[in-house]
Amino acid sequence: MTRLSKTSIGLFGLIVAIFAGSAAFAASTEADFKQAYAAADAAEKEAGRLRNQWLATEAALAEARKAAESSDFDRAVAAAKEAEALAKASIFQATSENEAWKNLEIRP
Amino acid sequence: MKFLISLAILLLADAAAIADGADPAAEARAFREYFFQKFPNVNPDDFVNGPYALNEDMRRQWEEKEQFPPYEFSLEAGKELFAKPFANGKHYADCFPDSGVAIRQNYPQFDAKRGKVITLELALNECREANGEKAISYTGEDMAALTAYVAFTSRGKPFDIRIPDDPRALEAYENGKRYFYTRRGQLNFSCATCHVQNPGERLRAEVLAPGLGILNAMPIYRSEWGGMGTISRRFITCNSQVRGVPLEAQSEEFRDLEYFLSYVSNGLPISGPGARP
Repeated sequence: MTRLSKTSIGLFGLIVAIFAGSAAFAASTEADFKQAYAAADAAEKEAGRLRNQWLATEAALAEARKAAESSDFDRAVAAAKEAEALAKASIFQATSENEAWKNLEIRP
Repeated sequence: MKFLISLAILLLADAAAIADGADPAAEARAFREYFFQKFPNVNPDDFVNGPYALNEDMRRQWEEKEQFPPYEFSLEAGKELFAKPFANGKHYADCFPDSGVAIRQNYPQFDAKRGKVITLELALNECREANGEKAISYTGEDMAALTAYVAFTSRGKPFDIRIPDDPRALEAYENGKRYFYTRRGQLNFSCATCHVQNPGERLRAEVLAPGLGILNAMPIYRSEWGGMGTISRRFITCNSQVRGVPLEAQSEEFRDLEYFLSYVSNGLPISGPGARP
């Protein structure tokens, strides 16, 4: 076996190992989903308390539940994280508007 | 010395509170003036006709349409519903002053006993419930028909919304104002984004209506809806259009918003029921 072949086999092995490792790393579990969903749900409930929920957040939460039902936990976790980010953005909007709305006001 | 400093701080805080204090009458004048200056060629009373006051092409189409108005069936249905007795023999007319004729311009009202804003839609449902009937949907055809009839009997009468000398009434007005100017939804729009900053401009195929007089034409037939819509339906749709989860029909926020928007249009005539693209 030439030195080049040995290097190729070694490289191939390394690539396989990286892919196998990253696949194992990426696979989400039901527990991951539950954790991600709970965080998103809590943020959305806070947005609800502020009377400022977004349709996109609700859609992402529904998408997460649907994916989890079909045991696609990678998709479920991704959707839950998106929902959490959206909910947090709506909370930021509601709290910053506590004062910012006055900038639009027509005053005497 | 410390006492004097504290007193001075308190007095300054009071002055700031007074300066921040709402003066609805002055605010309504400023609101109207904003639109009069923005559209100097529009007759003040014409603002109640929404986009038709601002766009000549749309106005011509509307005038043609008004010869056979699309809300006519609903208006007839509303007249019949209004006259139909409840199971106990009483009528809607028994719940309202002047038998419910020509009262639209006085709603919403602040109810001092209950400390809250009562809209016409809410008053109609409360009338039903007081007479042993079930409430009807605030976004449904029957409510649109009933309010269309009541509005029709008030056509031409100027909005006459009162804010009594009651801090709760002023608070309701303030809450409505805050809701009107607050950005919400994923699109980050407030009511004012469309109806103060951009009336007359196009948003996709629509020409945005001015905030001034916007409720005078309610309820409206919308071609987009393929039917009549109440104020509740309009507010809910606005929430959805900015990608927000709509609040409940006749929620406190929506009632207060209606109070504010109606108050700033005081003096402009009722033109409802209306028709919009």
